[in-house]
Amino acid sequence: MNVGLYGDYGGRYVPETLIPALEELTRGWEAARADAGFLAELDSLLKRYVGRPTPLDEAARFAPAGKRILLKREDLCHTGAHKINNAVGQALLAGRLGKHRVVAETGAGQHGVATATVCARFGLDCVIHMGAEDMRRQRPNVDRMKLLGAEVCPVEFGTKTLKEATSEAIRDWIANVETTYYLIGSCVGPHPYPAIVRELQAVIGHEARAQAFEALGRLPGAVVACVGGGSNAIGLFAGFLEDEGVRLIGVEAEGAASLASGRPAVLHGSRSSVLADADGQILDAHSISAGLDYPGVGPEHAHLRDTGRAEYVTATDEQALAAFRRLAATEGILPALEPAHALARALDLDAETVLVGLSGRGDKDLAEVLAR
Amino acid sequence: MAGSQTPDLAAAAVAGGADLIEIGFPFSDPLADGPAIRRAAERALAEGMGTAACLDCLRRTSERVAVPLVPMTYAALLEAYGWEVFASEIENAGAESLIVADLPADERPELRRVQLVAPTSTNERIALAAERTDGWLYLVTLTGTTGARRELSPALEPLVARARRLTDVPLYAGFGISTPAHAAAAAELADGIVVGSAALAAACEGASALERFVASLRAALS
Repeated sequence: MNVGLYGDYGGRYVPETLIPALEELTRGWEAARADAGFLAELDSLLKRYVGRPTPLDEAARFAPAGKRILLKREDLCHTGAHKINNAVGQALLAGRLGKHRVVAETGAGQHGVATATVCARFGLDCVIHMGAEDMRRQRPNVDRMKLLGAEVCPVEFGTKTLKEATSEAIRDWIANVETTYYLIGSCVGPHPYPAIVRELQAVIGHEARAQAFEALGRLPGAVVACVGGGSNAIGLFAGFLEDEGVRLIGVEAEGAASLASGRPAVLHGSRSSVLADADGQILDAHSISAGLDYPGVGPEHAHLRDTGRAEYVTATDEQALAAFRRLAATEGILPALEPAHALARALDLDAETVLVGLSGRGDKDLAEVLAR
Repeated sequence: MAGSQTPDLAAAAVAGGADLIEIGFPFSDPLADGPAIRRAAERALAEGMGTAACLDCLRRTSERVAVPLVPMTYAALLEAYGWEVFASEIENAGAESLIVADLPADERPELRRVQLVAPTSTNERIALAAERTDGWLYLVTLTGTTGARRELSPALEPLVARARRLTDVPLYAGFGISTPAHAAAAAELADGIVVGSAALAAACEGASALERFVASLRAALS
């Protein structure tokens, strides 16, 4: 019996050592989401600590003539990105499960900072695995994590980026599974993680739907979000999945297009669409944006692609940089390079009203942008 | 790990007293492996050991030695090659069975393979794995990844005791068994022992070093 499937995708492809922990997590999650006390505590933290609801802003000067572009401002969340929605919820879950040590991976450092932040808030020990190359590229976030009390472990294998950091975080979890909670950062990994992350990020989509209705008097024609692992996209899409008139569009980095040019493969505990060769060996991804620089994607996205409910397109580094500069100049907002991919494709999309997930702010990317 | 030297190394291991040879088919992202096997997999892939080359290596090795050969790999390779085709191709190339490190007993139950259980496994999962396993049950001695350790894991003894109550299949212990002393202690408990990273380190010194190492393990067992 296979568990945790989205069509043919998902599953639990991990060493046996982790299976009892995944079953404990599944039970713990099911109990938590049915517990009014847990939901009230999460809701309260999202308001007081994270700063929710985030606004839905209209980018009138950014939008081309004849088009309306609305921005879901996750960049205004505490720590500057949507990652904190998931980190807060999973940290509460870690506490319920009696785990005092939290391990996580990070690429650009946004999930690492969010995790270090909630661990500081809840008094949990925090260990972040990060590729040595990403530590070099994202120095300010490494310093932030350390100031927040996290231990940052450099990963020296392979490409020294997010793929290896994720593998190393899972190995850490295998070795310390009895005391440690693995706080995964995206809607990837073995069941039940894709479902947990989706549900914790769905707050983005549910807020956005109500706000769009208020701003427009109807639903938007299209909803656009960037996709690396795909957590902000799946959270935003979650609010609109049942609205068949609303197009859902995920934007991948051209050099990391797991959905546009990947194949079915197994990576980090689940079966999904992955950049892999004919033997199933995982290929390297390449993107200016460290958060999209990942060869896999959440299994639910692969399923949404196959069923046709969502469309997936790509944007180049140059298109993302141009959109970054345009949003800064026209709206006074520095977006992260990840949602700059979504902004780039929102501009040329054939839809009158477009809602874009602005998943994070761009301060972390200044050095990368100024170097171009 | 599969490579150009594998047939010679397998023959040396058998000469040293090995009863069964596990051959790694390398994967780029091996979650169950510590640094030694990870580096070996990286080297093998850099040398072109894709699935077709590994099958050829298995075939040539089976022509050299008479002991059972068991490929050990990850689900990604089977997913890419086709689950059933992979199973029949390794059998045609001389494999006795198969180990898939990231495929717990409840995933793909139709694939005959040696199942693994760990100190964290519940009794229900040990019983399930034992019922579905192909010949013997692989006991992961410790909560962690592969690699040499200073001491034999204290978790092995209670794991063996639990497994004995639940099944009659032979129990082979592996992960962290690195020295003749570990081998002797593990063999007091289990029916067989599996040595990976330490054997790989010996193999890097050449076939005769591997033969001496395996002979030292074998001597410790008798």
